Amino acid sequence: MRIGLAAALLTWLCWSGGSAAAEALSVAEVAPGVFVHQGRVEDWLPDNGGDVANLGFVVGQRCVAVVDSGGTPAVGEALRAAIARTTKLPVCYVINTHAHPDHVLGNVAFVGAAEKAPAFVAHARLPAALGARERYLRNALQRDFGLALAPGAIVYPSLLVERRLELDLGGRTLQLDAWPTAHTDNDLTVFDTRTRTLFVSDLLFVEHLPVLDGSLRGWLQVLAELRRFDVALAVPGHGAPSSRWPAVLDAEERYLRTLLDETRSALRDKLSIQQAVDRVGRGALSGWRLAEQFHRRNVTAAYAELEWE
Amino acid sequence: MKSIKPLWLGLLLVLLAGNAAAQLKSGDNPEASEIWRKVRASLFAGRTIAAASGELVTIEAPARAEDAAIVPIAVSTRLPAGDPRRVVKLYLIIDNNPSPIAAVFDFARGSGQADIETRVRVDEYTHVRAIAEFSDGGLVMATRFVKASGGCSAPPGKDPQAALASLGKMRLRVDGELRRGQPALAQLMISHPNHSGLAMDQSTRQYTPAHFVRRVVVSYAGEPVMSADLDFAISENPNFRFHFVPQGDGELKAEVVDTQDLRFESVLALVPAR
Repeated sequence: MRIGLAAALLTWLCWSGGSAAAEALSVAEVAPGVFVHQGRVEDWLPDNGGDVANLGFVVGQRCVAVVDSGGTPAVGEALRAAIARTTKLPVCYVINTHAHPDHVLGNVAFVGAAEKAPAFVAHARLPAALGARERYLRNALQRDFGLALAPGAIVYPSLLVERRLELDLGGRTLQLDAWPTAHTDNDLTVFDTRTRTLFVSDLLFVEHLPVLDGSLRGWLQVLAELRRFDVALAVPGHGAPSSRWPAVLDAEERYLRTLLDETRSALRDKLSIQQAVDRVGRGALSGWRLAEQFHRRNVTAAYAELEWE
Repeated sequence: MKSIKPLWLGLLLVLLAGNAAAQLKSGDNPEASEIWRKVRASLFAGRTIAAASGELVTIEAPARAEDAAIVPIAVSTRLPAGDPRRVVKLYLIIDNNPSPIAAVFDFARGSGQADIETRVRVDEYTHVRAIAEFSDGGLVMATRFVKASGGCSAPPGKDPQAALASLGKMRLRVDGELRRGQPALAQLMISHPNHSGLAMDQSTRQYTPAHFVRRVVVSYAGEPVMSADLDFAISENPNFRFHFVPQGDGELKAEVVDTQDLRFESVLALVPAR
C-alpha cells in the first residue's frame, strides 16, 4: 500500500514537476454547498486546455465529493485548487460520470493530494471502457496536446457502482445511479438529496450537440426515467445548469428522436451508411453548437445500432 | 489456412514499427509510409503496383473518422468493357492501425462484381489502401487519407457486453430485385465484440484475450462467392456488403469462424426471377 501510494505520488510529481502552483478554476456555488465549474462548449482540444466538461464538487460536514475531474491533469489540479480555496475539508470521493477523457483525466491530481487518498467512484463498467481506451487517450494527448502521461496517470475507480450507491459526506447524502447503456455504456448520475441538485452529466447536453457513444434507444429510455427525478437544479455535462426540470431535457430528446426516426427511415429505404450520414437529421441541427464535429458521427453510431432492429 | 498468415505477419509488423508513424498529420506522399513499405515487402515483394486511375479501383472513406470505432469503407472495381481479366483479390490496408492488414477478400467467379463495403476501426491519422489483384497477376492500388477522430471517440466498441450477449447472431439479406445471371447485392451482419486483445483489464493487469471474427466464407448453391481473412481492424459487429450472381434457385450461405474457433452459419433460400 505504502509503495502504491509512493508510486502514485511520484506519478503526480512527474507531470506537475516544474509547473507553478495551479491557478484555481472558476467555480460558482449553484446551490448551498454545491459548486460547478462550467467548461467551454467546445471540442476537447489543446486550444482550450481540455477544459470543456462541467465539473463540480459537493461539500458535506465531513468531506468533499468531486464530480468529474477535467480533461487533463492540469485541469484536475486547477479544480483541486478551487476546492482548497473553498473549504479546508478533505476530498473523500472523486466520482467519474463516465469514461470520456474530458471527465476523467484530472483524476490524477487527487491522488496523494490529501493525507488519505480519496476513493475513486464510477459505474461498474467504467474500468473496462477506460481500459479499452487508455492507449488511444494517451496517443491523443501526445499527438494533440503534446502531453506524455506517466504510467499510472490515468486513474481507475476503486469503488464501483452496480446500480445505486449512497455516499455520506457528513450531514448530506449523494445518491449515485448507474444506468444501462445510453450516452456511453458507463453513465452515472449524482443526486445531492439536500438541494435536489442532479449532476446529469453527459446524459444531458445543453447547447452542445448531444454525442452518441452508447445506445440511442437506451438513451431515450434513460431520459424517460430521469424525468421522474424530483430535481431543483440540473447540471448537464456540457452547457449551462438549469432549474427548468424536466423541460431542460426536451431539446436533447427532440434531437435524439429525430436521429432515431430518420435513421430508421434511411434503413427502410436501404440507404448505405455513408448515404445516411449525408442525409439524416440535417433539419434538426439549428440551435446546437458543434454539430459539424459530432452529427455525422451520431448518425454513424445510430445506423450501426438500428440496423439490427 | 495459408492466407491467414499475412494477417499475423501484420501483427508482427506493428511490433517492429512501434509508434514511429503515430504522429502523421497529413496525407502527403503515401509511398513514404514506413509501415506501407514493410507491408508491401511482405505481401507483394518485387511486384509492381499501379496507382488506380478512373473507375478501375476506387475506395471511398470519410476524410475524418467521425467515429473511430465505425469507419465505413467502400471499395469498387470496374473493368472496361472487353477486358478479359477479373479481380481475384482485394487487400484492405490501414497503415497506422496496430495490425495494418485489415482484410484480404477473395472473389470467386460467382461474385460477378468484386466490390466490398465494410466498417473498420481507425486508430490514427492514416492512409487506407485498397489493392486489387487481377487474374493476370496485375496489382492496382487506390489510397485515401483518413484523419483520426476527436478525443471521446475510440476504436473499441460501444457496448461489448451487448455484442457478447448476442455473439454469433447473424443476418444475411439481399437488397433489390433478384434476377438469374445478374449480380445481386447482399449484406452480412455478424454480432461479435471483435475484441482486439489490446485492452488491459485494470483489475488483473492482464490483457483481455483477442477475440474476433477471422474468416468468412460465402457460397451460393454450393458454389463459392467470396471469402475473407479478417483482422480486429473490422468494427464490432462485423458488416459486409458484396455481390453474388444467382444462376438458379439456391441457398446463399455464410460461414463464420472466430479466433476461438467458434463457428457460426447463416443461410438464406432464394428464388431469383428469370
